[in-house]
Amino acid sequence: MMTLFIGAQYFALACFALTMLFAMIRMLKGPTAQDRVLALDVLYLSVALTLLVLGIRFGHDVYFEVALLIVFVGFVSTIATAKFLMRGEVIE
Amino acid sequence: MWLMLIVLLPFLGSLCVAFLPSNSKNWEAWLAGLVAAASTVITLCYFPTIASNEVATLRYEWLPTYGLNFSLRMDGFAWLFSLLVSGIGILVVLYARYYLSEKDPIPRFFAFFLAFMGAMLGIVLSGNVIQMALFWELTSLVSFMLIGYWHHRADARRGARMSLIVTATGGLCLLVGLVLMGHVVGSYELSDILSSGDVLREHSWYLAILVLVALGALTKSAQFPFHFWLPRAMAAPTPVSAYLHSATMVKAGVFLLMRFWPVLAGTEAWSYIIGFAGLITLVMGAFVAIFQQDLKGLLAYSTISHLGLITLLLGMGTPLAAVAALFHVLNHATFKASLFMAAGIIDHESGTRDLRQLTGLRKLMPITATLAMVAAAAMAGVPLLNGFLSKEMFFAEAAGFGSGNTWLPTLAVIAGALSVVYSLRFITEVFFGPVPSGELPKTPKEPPRWMRFPIEMLVVLCIVVGTMPGVTVAPALNLAVHHMLGAYTPEYSVQIWHGFNLPLLMSVLAFGFGLVLYFLLQRRYGISRLDKVPLLHRLDGQREFERVLLAVTSFAVRVEEKLTSERLQPQLFWLLLVTLVVGGLTVWRSPIEAVRSPIGFEPMFAVLWIVGGVCAVAAAYQAKHHRLAALILMSATGIVVSLTFALFSAPDLALTQAAVEVVTTVLILLGLRWLPKRLTPDVTGVKATLRDYRRRIRDGLLAVAIGLGMAATTYMVLMSAGPTKLTDFFIQHALPEGGGTNVVNVILVDFRGFDTFGEITVLGVVALTIYALLRRFRPAPESIELPAQRLGDIKNVAPWQLARRGYLAIPAIYFRALMPVLVLLALYFLYRGHNLPGGGFVAGLTLTVALVLQYMVSGTLWIEAKLRIRPHQWLGSGILLALLTGVGAWLFGYPFLTSHTAVVNLPLLGELHLPSAFLFDIGVFALVVGASSLLLIALAHQSLRSHRRHFSGKPPTLRKRGAMRWS
Repeated sequence: MMTLFIGAQYFALACFALTMLFAMIRMLKGPTAQDRVLALDVLYLSVALTLLVLGIRFGHDVYFEVALLIVFVGFVSTIATAKFLMRGEVIE
Repeated sequence: MWLMLIVLLPFLGSLCVAFLPSNSKNWEAWLAGLVAAASTVITLCYFPTIASNEVATLRYEWLPTYGLNFSLRMDGFAWLFSLLVSGIGILVVLYARYYLSEKDPIPRFFAFFLAFMGAMLGIVLSGNVIQMALFWELTSLVSFMLIGYWHHRADARRGARMSLIVTATGGLCLLVGLVLMGHVVGSYELSDILSSGDVLREHSWYLAILVLVALGALTKSAQFPFHFWLPRAMAAPTPVSAYLHSATMVKAGVFLLMRFWPVLAGTEAWSYIIGFAGLITLVMGAFVAIFQQDLKGLLAYSTISHLGLITLLLGMGTPLAAVAALFHVLNHATFKASLFMAAGIIDHESGTRDLRQLTGLRKLMPITATLAMVAAAAMAGVPLLNGFLSKEMFFAEAAGFGSGNTWLPTLAVIAGALSVVYSLRFITEVFFGPVPSGELPKTPKEPPRWMRFPIEMLVVLCIVVGTMPGVTVAPALNLAVHHMLGAYTPEYSVQIWHGFNLPLLMSVLAFGFGLVLYFLLQRRYGISRLDKVPLLHRLDGQREFERVLLAVTSFAVRVEEKLTSERLQPQLFWLLLVTLVVGGLTVWRSPIEAVRSPIGFEPMFAVLWIVGGVCAVAAAYQAKHHRLAALILMSATGIVVSLTFALFSAPDLALTQAAVEVVTTVLILLGLRWLPKRLTPDVTGVKATLRDYRRRIRDGLLAVAIGLGMAATTYMVLMSAGPTKLTDFFIQHALPEGGGTNVVNVILVDFRGFDTFGEITVLGVVALTIYALLRRFRPAPESIELPAQRLGDIKNVAPWQLARRGYLAIPAIYFRALMPVLVLLALYFLYRGHNLPGGGFVAGLTLTVALVLQYMVSGTLWIEAKLRIRPHQWLGSGILLALLTGVGAWLFGYPFLTSHTAVVNLPLLGELHLPSAFLFDIGVFALVVGASSLLLIALAHQSLRSHRRHFSGKPPTLRKRGAMRWS
């Protein structure tokens, strides 16, 4: 029997999967480098969110911690790439 | 214990001297002299023990199962040699104190000198033959350093290299020979080997052992055909020549032959190999010595000749000849060391060693002249001096060898006559003749009192032994002979007068011939005008040696050219191809059976892997043309992998993967700045040829094959049963024995702690290597220009000023506030890593990310003015902590890296499991922080170089003292 709760989980996961697909397409197509960076950021975010939903689904808080780490350090690659695009150098 | 000190003291002294300041000449000499004296005194104190026919031994077990022990053994024979080594050591130290000039690096000399003495005593006293080979090679090495002491001189460097190659190669042969010998006997202990002579001589390996040991001994003792290194070694300072190349080190070869005389000698092969090498060396060395124009060259060749005499005596295989050989070793050491020292004084005082220039020094330095003349007379074998006694014994043996042969006595007399000639030449040309008037570089005078003292001592010994052998040398010699020959000890007597007999006649003949030959050579043929050795100058071992060396080197270079490439593409190609072939073969030979069934279709996974796979393929496709896009795609693949780990219940891996992904991205971005722009074909005008396309297709196919292979391997591993026992073991023992509930972490820091230790060491080494490379890295000229994005910057405003006030002001504040949170996160992961996902590795990477973030928003100079990150200290203390944690287990009697868990109850925190592996994990953490920040910061500092070029303004704050040197 599929309760609303489980259904919501599946729905959320499906949405994230779609997000990832779209992000992938944007990453492949570009056309500018900025598009790709943004798509990567979205991908990171959706991975973190997927982990949270999985944590709810499996009832384990380890997933939450992985998500925490991704949220805390994952954006650094976005920042670095953005800086690289803006200034041509990551660390000046 | 005292036995240990004899060998250990010189090495300790060497270490101490090496750290003395270079201007404390007397301190070093005193220390070296005291060490040599201490070794001598300890050796002398062993006399009562030795005299009562005991053998002093000392043994520390090292690898007893392999028969490898540290073992010292002093019998009468070793005792005599160690007395010789340490006693002459004292005299040479005293001599060297006056010989070396203030400008020479004196600590280096005495440090190596003492190290040599320790190594030589080590050879002599070794009770284990493998250990003996070790000390043997050590003497070759130290001899190399001492010959090359004046390394600014090309001849010193060349001579040092030649002697090292010859003697060390011989040493390798010796090692093999000794290993074979130990294998045959079943023990590497000297005493066991010495008592199994019959086993050795009858074994089928006897010849191989003999040849290998002979190669070691003949190279070391400069015997034909390996004699050529010794004259070149004369580029060493004279104390070194006197000590190493006449009295001790070259005697190591004959020492070895004597040591193994009871077990190896007595066969036909022994007589042929050793005897003929000695005979040829004896005659040839003496002949060549006559025609040397260099004082030290003459002494070098006479040394070769005398060593040949000793070798010949040993080769004869009769016990009496062996006694004569041992006696001659002692006599030769005394008179030749004093002659070398006298030559050094002459060189020192007159500025030249050329026999054609030196003349009439008898008037200018009468005492030295007298001493040298006595020593030279001993070398020639004049009666009432020690050289006479052993030469007489040699003549007796030569005359009695075989039955009715005449060639050996004849050759012996000829060699004796030749030695008379070169001794005469030395005496007359240097000391007699007209007093030099201004031809010499310096006006000679008597040397300082104490510089002459060692020569006086040695010459007194020559005379005392020569006149009263029965009361001086005989007791010691008896003891040594008894231990050297064991059951073979013959009846003999050392005395001056044996009556009118054949040896005496031979002596007289040798003197007569020698005198006649010398005057003939001098008057008729003008020996002083010859610049090459007659007859034998074509026989140039040195030239042959150079030729062989050159051939070997060029062969190696050719092979290297054929087999290697500096280009990365072929290297990578072959690496991957071999991986593919080996991996393919392994799987093909023993395929893994798929026992599991797929778990069913999961749409989420499918989408995830499509995203990851497509990104990976796209990254590979973009890698050549669009680096940044490829990097972004790779990053995407990485995060998908991380999520996959999480889905497969491997949160540890997911954490680590996520952190690694971020650090890698930043690292590659930092590097991208310095890569040259891609040149398209329409810029360069170079079109891809058919060959290029072929290569690309080939590489592409290989890449696809490798990728498919990896995928197939992964699939097989996932579907196979896997070693369940191992998994169960880890899961069951993690908490009770490892003290942690996180099995992965317990495996890393406890069960497999040693592997982890190796891995972090490698990581540290890699980081340091990259740092060292980057310090000297200079970007290519085409990439030193400012990036296009910065061309619109306000002129002459440095980027740090721009960043602080302008476009990054708000992110900077935000990220600075984030810093403590990230540090907390890192510490959190570190702290609870042992029980829950986390651990030192993730924590270290998190902290690095936090640091890099600050660098990005604030710029290098701003950060380093505020916050001093010392990656080297992090790195070093990390590895030290890990090491100490491991060693700590030893204190409690457990093997390296055994973990211990302390359960403590603390207020507020409750019950805590504190395993010692946690300390290890902190070490990992510190090392990871050090290594990764070292890499990132070293790369980041490259930008400063271009800043220095583009902005003339001063950086915002001066860097503090003691800052790291990045460029």
